[in-house]
Amino acid sequence: MRSTQRTRSGPPDRPAQDPALLRDVALVSVAGGIVGVSFGAITVAGGLPVWVPVVMSLVVYAGSAQFSAVGVLLAGGGPVAAAATGLLLNTRTAAFSLAVAETIGRGRVARLLGAHLVTDETVAFALAQSDPARRRAAFWLSGIALFVVWNAGVLLGALAGSALGETATYGLDAAFPAVLVALVLPALREDAGLRRAALPGAALALAVTPAVPPGVPVLVALAGLFLYGTRGRKRSA
Amino acid sequence: MSATVAVILVLAVGTYAFRLVGPVLHGRVTLPARAQELLSAGAVVLLVALLATGALTEGGGFAGWARPAGVLAGGVLAWRRAPFVVVVLGAAAVTAALRAAGLE
Repeated sequence: MRSTQRTRSGPPDRPAQDPALLRDVALVSVAGGIVGVSFGAITVAGGLPVWVPVVMSLVVYAGSAQFSAVGVLLAGGGPVAAAATGLLLNTRTAAFSLAVAETIGRGRVARLLGAHLVTDETVAFALAQSDPARRRAAFWLSGIALFVVWNAGVLLGALAGSALGETATYGLDAAFPAVLVALVLPALREDAGLRRAALPGAALALAVTPAVPPGVPVLVALAGLFLYGTRGRKRSA
Repeated sequence: MSATVAVILVLAVGTYAFRLVGPVLHGRVTLPARAQELLSAGAVVLLVALLATGALTEGGGFAGWARPAGVLAGGVLAWRRAPFVVVVLGAAAVTAALRAAGLE
């Protein structure tokens, strides 16, 4: 996609020109919204007041960390363990924010708002695009859509309870890994260096999962970067 | 209740701080091209590790067969260049079908 005019910062003006991207983002948003409903419902069903999942989703905005923190709280693990678990899970967002810093843009508002929208899914959507303009459009489109739908879902779930039942019944837990598969496979397919780094990294993450706290396995996977090599890049950074 | 507020505040501030690292440093610190390249590769490495642990593990243990089977089906579809929607819904459908059939 050409960019007729480069916006200095902030949301791009033409993401709607890519119907395939819109459709993909809509699908992931709907799936995210359903998970949000279940987060709201589980939290309230566990005995916490309605505002807890709602406020937490707005200001923390990190699904896996929220589930974990609430899980620890409801299990009586105490506030320190709950916060530590969530924070450990979110350390990866620092690495992600570095990878998409260029995509987010330089304006102060773009930096401050864009940072809050850095999630696994927005980073995957952005990095799957072929040029900077599309990357920016994908980041902001998926970021805003996911934020709105996730929080709406959480509010609905917190108010309506477990009307949806168990999301595992719909296979939703398989949908999110599949989203990442679909978004990273093209890069893996064309870049042997990435495969050399990512596949052993993932194997290492799996191997250590039983032994370390949640959030640590994916950080351990970064050791795979030592195998990345100096050549084999086809995609520009 | 104040303990819950503290958890939310600490998580929110800490997570936002992590997320600000990139945008704050961008344009202020010039990274060599090699470092930029490693950052992009690192993001992909993280995403692949996330999808692998997300597909296979739950709470530090094995997630059961239904979920990884669904993700694998999605992976095959993606490899055959099926559209994104087909990949994601295909993965969910296979997992849901296996669970409906009694396989966990």
